[in-house]
Amino acid sequence: MSLADLTAAELLDLLDRGETTSVEVTRAFLDRIEAQEQSIGAFLRVEADRALVQAAGVDAKRRGKQRVGLLAGLPVAVKDVLCDRDTLTTCASRMLENFRPPYDATVVAKLKAADAVLIGRTNMDEFAMGGSTENSAFQVSRNPWDTSRTPGGSSGGSAAAVAASMTPLAIGTDTGGSIRQPAGLCGVVGMKPTYGRVSRFGLVAFASSLDQVGPFAHTTKDAALLLEAVAGYDARDSTSINRPTPRYSQSIDEPLKGLKVGVVPEHFAAGLDPEVEVAVRQAIDVYKSLGAEIREINLPHSKYGVAAYYVIAPSEASSNLARYDGVHFGYRTEQTEMLAELASERKELLDAGDTKAADDMDTALVRMYRRTRAEGFGPEVKRRIMLGAYALSAGYYDAYYLKALKVRRLIRRDFDEAFAQVDVIAGPVTASPAFKLGEMVDDPLAMYLVDLYTVPANLAGIPGLSLPCGQTQSGLPIGLQLQAPPLEEDRLLRAARMFEQATNWNKMRPPKT
Amino acid sequence: MSEPYTTVIGLEVHVQLLTESKLFCRCSTKFGAEPNTQTCPVCIGMPGTLPVMNRKAYGLALKTAVALNCNIPEFTKWDRKQYYYPDLPKGYQISQYDLPMSADGYLEISDPKGRFEPKRVGIIRAHLEEDAGKSVHDEAAGKADSEIDLNRTGTPLLEIVSQPDMRSSTEAKAFLQELKLLLTYIGVSDCNMQEGSLRVDGNVNLHLDHNSQRIATPIVEIKNMNSFRAVERALDYEAARQYREWQETGRNLGDAPKQTRGWDDVAGVTRGQRSKEESSDYRYFPDPDLAPVTTTATEVQAVRASLGELPAELRLRLTEAFELSDYDADVLVNQGRPLVDYYLEVAEHSGDPKAACNWVTQDVLRVLGDEGATIESFPIAAKQLGDLITTIREGNLPNTRAREAFNLMRQSRLDVATAIAQLGIQKVDESELIALVNELLAANPKTVADIRAGKLQAAGALIGQAKKRNANVDPNRVRELSIELAQQGEG
Repeated sequence: MSLADLTAAELLDLLDRGETTSVEVTRAFLDRIEAQEQSIGAFLRVEADRALVQAAGVDAKRRGKQRVGLLAGLPVAVKDVLCDRDTLTTCASRMLENFRPPYDATVVAKLKAADAVLIGRTNMDEFAMGGSTENSAFQVSRNPWDTSRTPGGSSGGSAAAVAASMTPLAIGTDTGGSIRQPAGLCGVVGMKPTYGRVSRFGLVAFASSLDQVGPFAHTTKDAALLLEAVAGYDARDSTSINRPTPRYSQSIDEPLKGLKVGVVPEHFAAGLDPEVEVAVRQAIDVYKSLGAEIREINLPHSKYGVAAYYVIAPSEASSNLARYDGVHFGYRTEQTEMLAELASERKELLDAGDTKAADDMDTALVRMYRRTRAEGFGPEVKRRIMLGAYALSAGYYDAYYLKALKVRRLIRRDFDEAFAQVDVIAGPVTASPAFKLGEMVDDPLAMYLVDLYTVPANLAGIPGLSLPCGQTQSGLPIGLQLQAPPLEEDRLLRAARMFEQATNWNKMRPPKT
Repeated sequence: MSEPYTTVIGLEVHVQLLTESKLFCRCSTKFGAEPNTQTCPVCIGMPGTLPVMNRKAYGLALKTAVALNCNIPEFTKWDRKQYYYPDLPKGYQISQYDLPMSADGYLEISDPKGRFEPKRVGIIRAHLEEDAGKSVHDEAAGKADSEIDLNRTGTPLLEIVSQPDMRSSTEAKAFLQELKLLLTYIGVSDCNMQEGSLRVDGNVNLHLDHNSQRIATPIVEIKNMNSFRAVERALDYEAARQYREWQETGRNLGDAPKQTRGWDDVAGVTRGQRSKEESSDYRYFPDPDLAPVTTTATEVQAVRASLGELPAELRLRLTEAFELSDYDADVLVNQGRPLVDYYLEVAEHSGDPKAACNWVTQDVLRVLGDEGATIESFPIAAKQLGDLITTIREGNLPNTRAREAFNLMRQSRLDVATAIAQLGIQKVDESELIALVNELLAANPKTVADIRAGKLQAAGALIGQAKKRNANVDPNRVRELSIELAQQGEG
C-alpha cells in the first residue's frame, strides 16, 4: 500500500499526526506519476521540483508548529487553464504554448495560501472546448479504466490524474459539464459549484457566463475540503458572489434528514445506455433506503439546453478569444514567411494582370491576424469561434443569441420550480460510459450531445456534482449527477456523502497500467 | 444666411473623465507618461483577467448626464463592441449599446452677438466606454513599423451624441464651447483637446429646396478635428463641398452610403476615408464579465443637488440680480467658475456689481490675457479690488489715477491704501481746489471769455494746468468748477 492510495482526508490525518511528511506524500504521488503517466497522459507538465520545494516548506511549517493552511502538504493538480504566475499556462493551445502569466489566478493563489503542493498542470481540450480531451494541441489523455477510451473532457487530465491516483486532488473547470462528465467517465467525484461561488479571475475564459472552477477527488469529503479552500468572494471578479464560504469540510459527514430527491422522467428517455440507467435507478433506490423521499419532477425546457448552450457558449468564446491575434501576447505567425507569401501572391496576381485583386489583397496586418489564428487554434476552437461570430452577427443576433438567452431563463425557472419541491435532483451524468478515443472526433454534433445532462446546470448557474455509482459489465465507471439550488453546495455535498457512505463505488480504483 | 441650403449638423463628443484610474482597472490615467508604463494585465486584456468597474468614473458620467438634462434609466449594462485593431488588445471595446446610462437630454446655446437665436440642442444619449490605445506610426525613412502605446487603453470616456439640431458652424462651435464650459464647471473633465480629453466628430449634410421639393444630401461624418476652430472650418468647408458635389452629381441622402472624411487642418480640406458601409458589423453583445449597473431616483436626485450652479443659471443670476448685460454675463461666465467666484466677491465687497464687472472684464482679464495667467494666481485679492472700487466711489481716489493704483497693487502686491499713499494720492480739499481754479481763471482770461461765450470745452485747457500744480486734482471736478466759477464771475 502506497501513500498514493489514500484519500486527501486520510493523508491530512497522517500529516497532522506527524506520521508522514508532505515530502513523502509528494514523492509517493510523483512515483505513481512516474509509473502511470506514460500510459495515461494526464499531465501537460509535472512540476516535480517545485512540488518538492513546496512540500518541504509545509513540512518545515508543521515542524515549527506554525499555523498551516487547509490543504497543508497535499498535492493538487491544476487544469492548464488557470494562470499560475511565471509558470506556463497553455490552455492546451499552440496559441499560448509559451505563455507565462505575470499573475496568479485567484484559485491558484488560494491553493498556494492553503499550503497545497502544486504537483502539475493537467491536460484538457484546447481552451476547454470539448468533451474528450482529444482537442488538446499537445497530447492525448486516456481513461485509466480502459486506456483505449477517453477520460472525458474538457478537464480530462484532472479526472484521469485523480482516477489513476497520480494526485489526491485536482482542479478543473466546467462550462457545460467539463468537470462532471470526465468525473463520471473516470469514476471520481467532480463538482461544479454555483456560478460566482469560485472566482474566475485568472481562469482563461471560454464562456464567461458559464465557466466555473471546481474540485476533483476520490470522495465527496475530499472534494468539500478542496472547494472550501478555493471558494469565496473576489473583488477582482465582478460576477463572484459576496457571501461567506461555509465550512464544507466540517459539515460533510452530517446526513440530511427528510431529504427529498427529485427524479426527472425525461432523463431516462431514449438514448440512455441501459447499463447507465440501471446504475442510476439503483442509486436512487439507495437514497430511498436511506429514508429519502423520491419525487418525480419536470424540467420541461432542459431538452433545449444543448441548443441554447451551443449558441451562448460559442458567442462568448468568439469574443473572449478575439484577443489572441498575435499582437500583444501568445503565438504570432512567422513574419518573414508571411511577407514572402504576400509578395508572391501579389506577384502572381499582377502577372495575371489582375491589378484589382492585387489592390484588394490583405494588408500585412490582416494577413498576420489570419495566419496567426489559423495556425494557433485547433479545429474545434475555430469551429466555435465561427459559430459564435455567426450567432452574434447583425441580423442573426435576435434569432440566435437573444433566443438562447430566453431559453436560458426558462431553464433556470424550471429549476427554481423544481427546487420548490425537492432538495436535490438526481440523474445520469452522461448517456453512456466512456467512449473510444477517436470515436467521435469526426462527428462534432454527436460530441455536443454528450453534454445533454450537464449543460442545464451551467445555463441555470446552479451547482452540480458527479460521483461514482456503478460500473458496466466491462468495468467502466458510471456516474450519478446530483444538482442543488444556487449556493447549496453544502447540501449537495452532504447528500452525495450519504450515498458514498452507503456504497463502495468511491473505493474502486482502476487497474494499474 | 445667403447660401441656398441649410446645413444640418450633429456632433459626437468623446470626453475623458477626470478620474485617477482607468475605467476597469487601477492604472493611472495621467497624460504624457512613457509609453506602456501605465498598463496592467487587466487593461491590456491578458488571458484570464477581468474588468471591475470604477465607481468614480460612473459617478462623473452620471453627474454629466444629469447636468445635460438626460433621463437616467434605472438599469444600464455594458456591451462589447468587437473589432480587430492593434491598439485594442482584447479585440473588443467595453462600451454601451442598446441601454446607455443616459438619454434624451439637451443643452441650451445662445450667442450674445446675436448671430443665431437661442436654441436647445438635443442630446440623444451619453454613454460610458473605455478608450483604446494609441498607434504610433513611425514614418521615418526605412521604418515601416508601427508602435502601440497602451497607456490610454481603458481610460474612461463619455460619448455624448447630439441631435442634428445645429444649423451652422457657429452654432456647432457655440455648442462645443457651452458643453466644455459645463463640463469644466461640474469638474468632470479638463476638456483639453491637445491631450485628447475632448474629441469631436461631426455629422453633416445639407437640406435644400429643389424643384419645390425638400431634399437632403448624403450624410458625411468628419473626423480628426483637433480644435474648435478646426471644427468651425471643417464644417464650413464640408457644407460648401457637399453643395458642389450635389450640384455635380445630384446625389441625395440614400443614394450613397454614409461617408467618413478626415479634416486636414493644414490643407484646409476634408478627405474621404473608409466608407461606413464596408466598416464592420461590431457584433455587440452584453459583456458577461460585468454586472449591470442600477441607479435609483434618489441617487439621481442627490447628484442633481450636488451639481451647484451651472453656467446657464449663473448667467441668469448675473443679469437679473446684478443687472449685468447679457454680454458681460457671458464674458464672466465663459471664463469659468473661479473667475465668476472672484467677480462675485468683488461685487459683494464693493457693493457695486457694475463697477466690479468693468474692473474684472476689462482690467483683470486684460492682465490675465497678457500674462497668460489664471485668476487663481492673480495678485490682487478680490477684497482688495473691492476696496479699490469703494475708495473711488467715496471720492478718495480719482478715476484718472485708479489704474495707476491698480497696477501698483498688482505689481507690488499692496492693498489700496498703501498703494495710494505710495503714489502720493491725496484727496484735494474743496476750498483748496476752488482757490486753485480761481487762480487759473484769473491767469487765463481768454478761457474765461470762451466759457462765457458758451464754449464749455475751453475748460479742458485748465485741467492740464491744474494737474501740473497738484497731481491729485480730480479733472472732472476741475472742469465743473472752472465752468461754474467762470459763469458766476459773469453775473
